[in-house]
Amino acid sequence: MADLVSHPDEVRVVSKRFGQGATSIDRYLALDGYKAVQKALGMQQDAIINEVKNSGLRGRGGAGFNTGLKWSFVPKTSAKPKYILCNGDESEPGTCKDRLIFEHDPHAVIEGVMIAGLAVGAASGYIYIRGEYRYLSEIMQKAIADAYAKGFLGKNIFGSGRDFEVYWHGGAGAYEVGEESALMESLEGKRGVPRIRPPFPAVVGLWGGPTVINNAETLASVPHIILGGAEWFANLGTPKNGGTRLFCLNGHLNKPGVYELPMGYNLKKMIYDVGGGIPNGRKLKAVVPGGSSCPLLTESEIDVPMDFDSLMKIGSMLGSGGLVVVDDSTCMVKFALRIMKFYQHESCGWCIPCREGTDWLKKTLIRFHQGGGIKKDIDNIQYLSENMLGRTFCPLGDAAALPTISIVKKFRKEFEDHLEGRPCPFEKAGTVERLPVFA
Amino acid sequence: MADAPKLVNITVDGKAVSAPAGTLLIEACKTVGIEVPSFCYYPNLSLQGACRMCLVRVEKMPKLQTACTTGITEGMVVTTDSDEIRQARKSMVELLLGNHPLDCPVCDAGGECELQDMTFSYGAAESKFIDIKNHRDEQQWSPVVYFDRPRCILCYRCVRACGEGMDVWALGVDNRGSSSTIVPNFGDHLECEECGMCIDICPVGALTSGAYRYKTRPWEMKHVGTTCTHCGDGCKTTLGVRRSDTGMEIVRGDNRDKSGINGDFLCIKGRYAFDFVKHEDRLTQPLVKKGGRVVPATWEEAFELVGKKFKEIRDRDGGKAIGVIGSTRTTNEENYLLQKFARVVLGTNNIDHHRTADLPAFASALHGKANLTASMCDVASAPAILLIGNDPTNQHPLLAWQIRNNVRLNKARLYIVNDSDIKLRRQAVQVAQVAPGKYNEFVSSGMGALAEKLRSEQGLIIVFGSEVTGSAVQALAKFAAIVPGAKLICLADYANSRGAADMGVYPDLLPGYFPVSDASKVKEWGTLPAQPGMAIPQMLDAAKSGSLKGLYVVGANPVGRLGVEPSALKNTFLVVQDMFLTETATLADVVLPAANAYEKSGTFTNTCGDIQIVKKAGEVTTTKPDFEMIVRIADAMGFDVHKLVPFGHGTRSDMGQSRGAQSGEADQHSVWLEAHGLEPKMNPFDPMATLDEIQRLVPGYDVSRIELAAGNDQHTAIEQMGPGATQDPSLIAPANNNLFTSGTLGRYSNTLNSVIENKNPEPTAVASD
Amino acid sequence: MKFSDQFEARLAEMVTHYPTKRSVLVPTLLFAQDEVGFLSDEVISEIAGRLELTELDVRNVISYYSMLTTKPRGKFNVQVCTNIACLLRGGEELMDHCEKKLGVGHKGTTPDGMFSLEEVECIGACSWAPAIQVNYDFHENLTTEKLDKVLDEYKKKGTQ
Repeated sequence: MADLVSHPDEVRVVSKRFGQGATSIDRYLALDGYKAVQKALGMQQDAIINEVKNSGLRGRGGAGFNTGLKWSFVPKTSAKPKYILCNGDESEPGTCKDRLIFEHDPHAVIEGVMIAGLAVGAASGYIYIRGEYRYLSEIMQKAIADAYAKGFLGKNIFGSGRDFEVYWHGGAGAYEVGEESALMESLEGKRGVPRIRPPFPAVVGLWGGPTVINNAETLASVPHIILGGAEWFANLGTPKNGGTRLFCLNGHLNKPGVYELPMGYNLKKMIYDVGGGIPNGRKLKAVVPGGSSCPLLTESEIDVPMDFDSLMKIGSMLGSGGLVVVDDSTCMVKFALRIMKFYQHESCGWCIPCREGTDWLKKTLIRFHQGGGIKKDIDNIQYLSENMLGRTFCPLGDAAALPTISIVKKFRKEFEDHLEGRPCPFEKAGTVERLPVFA
Repeated sequence: MADAPKLVNITVDGKAVSAPAGTLLIEACKTVGIEVPSFCYYPNLSLQGACRMCLVRVEKMPKLQTACTTGITEGMVVTTDSDEIRQARKSMVELLLGNHPLDCPVCDAGGECELQDMTFSYGAAESKFIDIKNHRDEQQWSPVVYFDRPRCILCYRCVRACGEGMDVWALGVDNRGSSSTIVPNFGDHLECEECGMCIDICPVGALTSGAYRYKTRPWEMKHVGTTCTHCGDGCKTTLGVRRSDTGMEIVRGDNRDKSGINGDFLCIKGRYAFDFVKHEDRLTQPLVKKGGRVVPATWEEAFELVGKKFKEIRDRDGGKAIGVIGSTRTTNEENYLLQKFARVVLGTNNIDHHRTADLPAFASALHGKANLTASMCDVASAPAILLIGNDPTNQHPLLAWQIRNNVRLNKARLYIVNDSDIKLRRQAVQVAQVAPGKYNEFVSSGMGALAEKLRSEQGLIIVFGSEVTGSAVQALAKFAAIVPGAKLICLADYANSRGAADMGVYPDLLPGYFPVSDASKVKEWGTLPAQPGMAIPQMLDAAKSGSLKGLYVVGANPVGRLGVEPSALKNTFLVVQDMFLTETATLADVVLPAANAYEKSGTFTNTCGDIQIVKKAGEVTTTKPDFEMIVRIADAMGFDVHKLVPFGHGTRSDMGQSRGAQSGEADQHSVWLEAHGLEPKMNPFDPMATLDEIQRLVPGYDVSRIELAAGNDQHTAIEQMGPGATQDPSLIAPANNNLFTSGTLGRYSNTLNSVIENKNPEPTAVASD
Repeated sequence: MKFSDQFEARLAEMVTHYPTKRSVLVPTLLFAQDEVGFLSDEVISEIAGRLELTELDVRNVISYYSMLTTKPRGKFNVQVCTNIACLLRGGEELMDHCEKKLGVGHKGTTPDGMFSLEEVECIGACSWAPAIQVNYDFHENLTTEKLDKVLDEYKKKGTQ
């Protein structure tokens, strides 16, 4: 069980039931649970979609696409069944927020799935939880069973005459499966290789039926929007960036933890106030603002509102809300290497640039960090990353390239300091050799 | 007729392109001669978007787009070549080369490798990669399939060809990321149909052939596209040949030339089973029996002896004392020549071959009708197919491929009537189970509930095996007549079974299924015996009883196939033309070492009636084609050879030169002859001059010669031929080959045998033609 | 082969959740692995048969997912995260410590079959880093001292 934290600036929406015992369905009901879905049952499909659209809710998985707009792409009529798929394959390094939602408020996700289903005319939904989160799968399975037992799921929900099924589904260890089309492949019992798009899942998704895929936090936000109204939710954040966000503060911070803050909350404040600043009197060297796939920011760039558009403006991304703070004792070559090792390990291998690019970059960075770097390597790392960017089959290639490009650009000197057999200036002697070479 | 699909207009590199809606951009580009490079895209296989080589710039799209997955839309403006695009492609090649072993000097694919070509095209010349490459040892997956993992670029063509194309699904992908690898279905080895499609389709040297690897360099070979000599489907196979001590050696069979009726397809036999030609038991000189045993002899000696003996018997006992058994693997020209030789030179109708289908009944059923037979190509696009009997996956692999892919790509409906659980049932919409041996009854009784469904089809192709004979064939033809656009295919098993039948290698039928009593079509041959002759079993009985004094066997093994007692032939002068000392050849007085279909020219007619060219590829200089041997024997008998084959001055054949609109073919013909070392019109061994005669005298064979010479299939019309005849069904014996057996040829193919042994430690003996 | 009644009941229930049989494959493989310890040839063949898949197909899927294994592991699989959030807070030191303490490296198993060690990618414990998972249980905010205690606890549990 992960520890909970708090800060006065927090605005508790998605996390409002955290620590309140809401895994119990009765407790959830006492905390306004399943009211939103009952309200939605009385609404027209378009009304639900518009409410969510106007709330400014944007995908919390990282892409930041307007959720209501995404729902509106589902065709009104379809020969094949429509589905809702909750993406709970949380795996972006630096991100650990969905875990808390599943742990403390599983019914909110179920309710979000149901409302999404009502909005697009789907009668079943799947909640996909990564394999490592076994205890959360158990919580979720129990929550689903409880909802069935109460008659909230299954036939004739809330006496509406409508049916809705929700099922749990589990993964088995694959970051790539967090990509929405790979997630569908995985759910269909296949290797998690993304699909060719178009067609997009909203038109051709699970088993060929139109499918809405949303992140767990996104779906957990939906009942609050239905109950509190689009305007209320939108006003919590900045223009076009409605609501709040679970920010996962981690890395070199005094008070790491998952905090729910309004969209647009200042990053600097987040680090130094909410996160309690950097320990041991160290200085900030870099921040990963939204999970390991985002370009890194340096000290001079952190006075910025944390919303999708503001981060985009300064050449980074809000991503999945995983904020990794890096202090000045850290070797950025090693940091880049660790990120690349991750993407190399998680590349599905389908397309050439990602499969070969991540492997090549990992090898180069290992050698480089071990002191075997040559000058040409620095440009080569840049060149390879830039040639992966935008050319891969799915965004994983970009995820590997973007942080790497930013690190080489912003910390070139650190790379140069590693050249000509010089030992890593940051590593304790004798520790470099152990560096990752695992398959 | 469905409406023509709507045309969409796009602009590619400034050129206006119109193509049907839904066309992939990469295909639309091809129509105006713009080639967008790709590794993973392969027509008719599922889309991958994996290699990223086909990235192009589509206006209004933020990123480069893959032309192989992008459907064209009205007004699309596309750039396929620019600095940005070239750089994208160059980087893909660079990335691939990072882990590629660059062992081109010893790679089978070197010189015909798509990765080499792309590297050359996009100039990824500078090597940026200095780290250790991921190495894995080479693996042998079957006697004929090797996998060199570091060379693999993961285009997944092999996986798709095996699964989607072959419906075998023996290849998959294990692991992920840079550890991803193609794997065979049984861990360390493959259990599959060994078609070798995976090898052919591999753009690099990752999958190589056990039969070819390390044999030669591609540029040392000459490539000859000819027709396969194994089953009756008539696939085009490209034989790679190079000079050897004994002539021309065939080193490779593959399907690089995808222009044949088989498109992408070739089975194990077409790909690997050419190696019978160099089996150590291959006969390379004539053998003549002296003092009870055969000893080597010169050609002159052998021909003189045969000529003398045949003349003697004919003059003393009449033609009826000599029998001739023809082949299902010799060319149309040889079959035609052989029966003409029997009738004109020997004066006998005692001529037969190993029958594997009731083609005379088929001719009879279709006589005087039109457009009732389907070609092999038709099977790939017919809206519906009815398959009665046979197991095409084993016995007619191309037919199975056509059916399977028509179902997959065009959603054709397949109906099956069979007694066993044949693999094609997976593709069938409806299956009618019949008891073994009850096919004729099933067909003649109207095919029960299935008939109703079939009658609602249009353009149905009815394919039937040797299970259907006699009046049941008539019944099928009647049924076909009431289904709009229905056509028929009668399955015969060997490479030229159909040709042997069409050319009149029957005791009761002349070429084109005319009864021997009606020689009006071949008046120019002079007086012919009018009584039907003996079929093979009768000939053998007559030999045993002593009334058949001479037997001339060309490319057949009746003794082995029918289990004839050796003593039955002890008083018969037996002449055998073959490649090997078969059970029949062992008993012969004279054995003449024959060339096979890969070593001569002519034509084959496949089981559908599609005639195709057979081109000389290999050569064993000490053997002769059957055609030449027949002519030489006639000559040795003192016969005026001009009456047998058209050649030289006074030839009766017009050599294709006076055919009005088609007279241009004469040039084509002479070019072709010269290319094959033959003197135009002057050579008595020119099979194409006999083809002229066939085209003139056999109705339905008057197909375009230029198409034929160009290597295209031409459909003959059995409907225009004679009235056929009723056959004794016991004379029809299917070959019952499977994918790994092929009668005599299979027995002498070390590759086929190694595959059989690998699958089954005790190979089953196969004795047949 | 025989699985537990619970496995059978769950599988029977799960197949009703999807329009295709194979959809249950990934979670079912993990459940089977939990019971048997690893995905043996026998398990693969059994699951392939039940879901009407080829063994090749099942193996292709298994080898894609990093939690699935066809090789036996120790009773307790110690998974140390060294991804960025853990890296910054001592993940590598934990890994080093495990290697020394258990005497095995990445993907190694102790001779007594008690522990396996694995360096893993992000396990979603970033704000409580550094963290490990032993089988499915999270242990967070670790130091090498705390890690010793955790491992000793498991050892005790395993020898009882």
